[in-house]
Amino acid sequence: MGAGKVSIRHVHKAYGAFKALDGISLDIQPGEFLTLLGPSGSGKTTLLNVIAGFERPDSGSLMVDEVEFITRPPHKRDLGMVFQNYALFPHMDVFDNVAYPLKLRGIDRASIRRRVTGALETVHMDKLAARRIGELSGGQRQRVALARAIVFEPKILLMDEPLSALDKNLREHMQMELKRLHNRLGMTTVYVTHDQQEALTMSDRIAVLDRGRVIQLDTPQNIYDHPNCKFVAGFMGETRFLPVERRESSYHLDDRSLRLASEPPHCDANGWLIVRPERLRWAGDAQRDNRIAGKVMDIVYRGDSHLVSVSLAGDHEISIRHTGSEGKELPVPGQDLELWLTPEASVVVGDAIQ
Amino acid sequence: MTVMVQEVKPAILNNSLLQRSRSLQGISFVGLSLPAAVLVAAVLIIPFSWLAWLSLFDAAGNLSAENYVRLLRPAYIESFLTTFKVAGLVTAICVLLGYPVAYLLSQLPQRAAQLLMVFVILPFWTSVLVRTYAWLVLLQRQGIINQWLLSSGLISEPLPLVHNMTGTVIGMVHVMLPFLILPLYAAMKAIDPVLLRAAANCGASPAQAFRQVFLPLSLSGLSAGIALTFVLCLGFYLTPALLGGGRVAMWSTQIADMVAKFANWGAASALSVVLLVVTGGILWGVNRFMRVPDAWGGKR
Repeated sequence: MGAGKVSIRHVHKAYGAFKALDGISLDIQPGEFLTLLGPSGSGKTTLLNVIAGFERPDSGSLMVDEVEFITRPPHKRDLGMVFQNYALFPHMDVFDNVAYPLKLRGIDRASIRRRVTGALETVHMDKLAARRIGELSGGQRQRVALARAIVFEPKILLMDEPLSALDKNLREHMQMELKRLHNRLGMTTVYVTHDQQEALTMSDRIAVLDRGRVIQLDTPQNIYDHPNCKFVAGFMGETRFLPVERRESSYHLDDRSLRLASEPPHCDANGWLIVRPERLRWAGDAQRDNRIAGKVMDIVYRGDSHLVSVSLAGDHEISIRHTGSEGKELPVPGQDLELWLTPEASVVVGDAIQ
Repeated sequence: MTVMVQEVKPAILNNSLLQRSRSLQGISFVGLSLPAAVLVAAVLIIPFSWLAWLSLFDAAGNLSAENYVRLLRPAYIESFLTTFKVAGLVTAICVLLGYPVAYLLSQLPQRAAQLLMVFVILPFWTSVLVRTYAWLVLLQRQGIINQWLLSSGLISEPLPLVHNMTGTVIGMVHVMLPFLILPLYAAMKAIDPVLLRAAANCGASPAQAFRQVFLPLSLSGLSAGIALTFVLCLGFYLTPALLGGGRVAMWSTQIADMVAKFANWGAASALSVVLLVVTGGILWGVNRFMRVPDAWGGKR
């Protein structure tokens, strides 16, 4: 018996002229928490539905623990799934919803009671087992849906934007709970979201999707710090781009050569320097760091900091946070400003990978 | 920093203004519903009260229960049972025919469903009288159906398809089917298709998903359709009168006979009152029963 390894090879799916999946290949390791991240229309939900068996691809292979799954009907796949709007059965109470997968598997009543209670305890819903679904809040429905997906101990758990209907605080709380649950149960998890913060917080690896293709597949840290193209960089954080010009072996920003810690991997021509507010410095070493000069446009109070917007030559705009611990006074609009990027924080990306 | 507000006792701030706005709203509600209320009173409540009043007097004009006691005669009891039998049979056939149609409509893409829906509703646009005569043409001894069956050698004698229970039921099913399909379709359309995916994901085969998820969720629409069809059948006159050929003694035909043949308004009124009370009782009972599926949906 395998442990929940998923191998996706050359999966294509088109709706008329629209390519929802354009040759996706992806390996998901046993026990891994993999997030499919992308904007709407990128194919992430379609890919999840292919894994679950709700969409039949035009071609390709889907191996789960070395068994071909591509034509297997969804009810014979033994995958747990949490749906976007929970998809709980409104005519059953909480207990019966969670017990449903076990009843279908012909498990005896005593075991069902024990396992449902266990699953509900895991999601802190054991006290509400007799409630009707209509009587639950969004967060509680979320927990019941999760309990129903894990109660039969599937090797693979699929989640389709499960937190998108919750408010911000609850969402962040549930992210931590899901992460801990995954650490405890250790099942392979495929998680679909369009929220980069969620992907960074929870995943072992992130697959960034765009127009039906995997653009970058890597750890959250590498995806954030070393995006392989402008699309991935723009999807992460509050990213601004400054055009840089390639001259022989170096890149130039406004005629000054950029000092980079590593060579841009997929950029042979002119590229873009990634500028994120938290990577910019108020002070730097003119011999070592990269200097960016501009004029303060406006300052917005954000509670934990002020966000200072700076306009650069060529109608570009970047921003930097001022928390008060920089040893620099908060500038005023109209003031000239010099900001710094260390070579390590200076990352250049190309337009797109081929 | 304090914001200056005109000094008013908080309890009476804009009090009279809000009071007036509320009463204006009340008046406009009453005003808008008044025409309908008057109409209902004039053409429904008053005539019916008058009917009920009439039923309490015998032919000689004396106050008596004679009109109701007469209903205990075997002929009336039989007619009462026939009415329920026909209504039950028609409703049952409508369920068997209508459920698959409603299911198909609910699962089809929007455009195809709209097209098919036209065929379901089309009979509504044709008069019941015309449709009933059309059935008469089709079903009679020399009718198209018997001729076809005879010429194909399936039967040697024409089947008695009309002027009896068979014809009555066929005609009524045709008239009643949309009344069953429409509420059922509405309920099925409201079932989130993701629930069936969720059932499949839990391990349910398509048949199990249908039986354990779709069917229970469609029951509220089904019971509404059954109640509507059954109650309409109980008081249905035209089709039983024409296709029954006087041999199917429904409650409604009894009422008509009582007025047309015997001009006994008191007795006819008593029949009507009984029908109304029974119908009201059924609707009330179904309504109570339907509270349960309502609670399933979490819509309170």
